[in-house]
Amino acid sequence: MAAQVITVSSGKGGVGKTTTVANIAVALAATGSKVVCLDGDIGLRNLDVIMGLENRIVYDIVDVIEGRCKLRQAMIRDKHLPELYLIPAAQTRDKNAVSPSDMVRVCNDLRPDLDYVLIDSPAGIERGFRNAIAPADRVLVVTNPEVSAVRDADRVVGILEAEEKRAPALIINRLNPALVKQHDMLSAEDVLDLLGVPLIGIVPEDETVIVSSNRGTPVAQDLKSRAGQAFRNIARRLKGEEVPFMDMDKQAGIWDRLQKITGRR
Amino acid sequence: MNDLTSLIQIKGLRDSLLVSLSDAPWEEQSAALLAQIDEQPTFFQGARLALDVGSQVLKVNEMVELRDRLSERRVSLWAVVSESPTTEKTAQLLGLATRISKPRPEEQQHSIEPQNLTDETALFLNKTLRSGTRVEFAGHIVVIGDVNPGAELDAEGSVVVWGRLRGSVAAGTKGNENAVVCALDLSPMRLQLGEHAFLVAERKESGKPEMASLRNGTIIVESWQTGSTG
Repeated sequence: MAAQVITVSSGKGGVGKTTTVANIAVALAATGSKVVCLDGDIGLRNLDVIMGLENRIVYDIVDVIEGRCKLRQAMIRDKHLPELYLIPAAQTRDKNAVSPSDMVRVCNDLRPDLDYVLIDSPAGIERGFRNAIAPADRVLVVTNPEVSAVRDADRVVGILEAEEKRAPALIINRLNPALVKQHDMLSAEDVLDLLGVPLIGIVPEDETVIVSSNRGTPVAQDLKSRAGQAFRNIARRLKGEEVPFMDMDKQAGIWDRLQKITGRR
Repeated sequence: MNDLTSLIQIKGLRDSLLVSLSDAPWEEQSAALLAQIDEQPTFFQGARLALDVGSQVLKVNEMVELRDRLSERRVSLWAVVSESPTTEKTAQLLGLATRISKPRPEEQQHSIEPQNLTDETALFLNKTLRSGTRVEFAGHIVVIGDVNPGAELDAEGSVVVWGRLRGSVAAGTKGNENAVVCALDLSPMRLQLGEHAFLVAERKESGKPEMASLRNGTIIVESWQTGSTG
């Protein structure tokens, strides 16, 4: 067994990297894969909060790198999924506590016993981002359907191309079909048209994501949630399955659907 | 000190430093390299380093140790070039590049000796230029691909984009009034022709190839047809 190292990145902050990591990890682990999430946002950790593991942290990634504990000791097992672990970031240090080669080393130590290592990259394109992409076999770029997020994603894709990494895959997060229809939001096609990288998932805007993030139970565990479904689909695509993209219109409000039936608009 | 430093050769690449090693024993060479870095810390700090080890065979622990020593000095080792496949594999294992051909786009710079420049000298770029890329050239620039918002082109001659031009572009920057900008979709964020003229009006996609040229000091945009070259 040799794990694939997947880094989730975006350039811009607040587009949903951490949520994406937590949800894909949960979805992968729920289908039997052994998964470790690694929080690369040193100094501003929050993957632990979203996964609901905040109060179980004893050691973190910097402790591992600086030799204060064994890798195994820093791996926190998930509450629900026995094959899912989190390695938290240090909260009281900054990005300079870790080097890209440290990340490569940690990931190489993790690889033999796992299927996936998911790294949550910090926002920006500086040290923390470089750390997060250094060990990556694959990078997922998360963006929102808005101009500034797409611009930053473009920049990140350019850097990855220059680093000769395998072409990244794109996740469009928080798409609101109703706004797209009113031409108040970029459509998935607009985003793809500009970025020109393969798409691996579109996640509809869904308030259950916020609720479940606050509760520390990622929405991918909620079988009724549309966003949860989208994240589960991404996980299946990562495993190599062909999964058709969801029909975004289904989520639209009842009025939209009625209007569609009656042929108005 | 001179003996020590002559063991290694340091050369500036476009965006990083290339260190070439000789055939001397590895320990001596790595020591020489670190000594040089310690001598001029400000020069090396934050640098990206590529290592050409020639035919030397490096073991994993040797490479790891050097990488760590370097990162302590805030120098990042990003590539190890080697004639030995074993060493190449080791480098790949550590996630290092083994080729140094491609520069990073944000620091990409193209310069050609002025004496070789003629009116017909052009830089040909067969790729999409993404946000954060800046290309400067003392002749024409031809792009086959898109120029995305946030990318910048700066040419002393003309600019031709076989694709969508949505970034910033400046042509004829040294006062060449005959310079033009052509694109299959000409909707730049900012367009400059010659030294002073700017196009500020928001442009919508016209769906047709267009050309911007300078007439009496103002920028004219017309559909790009044969026979109307400026």
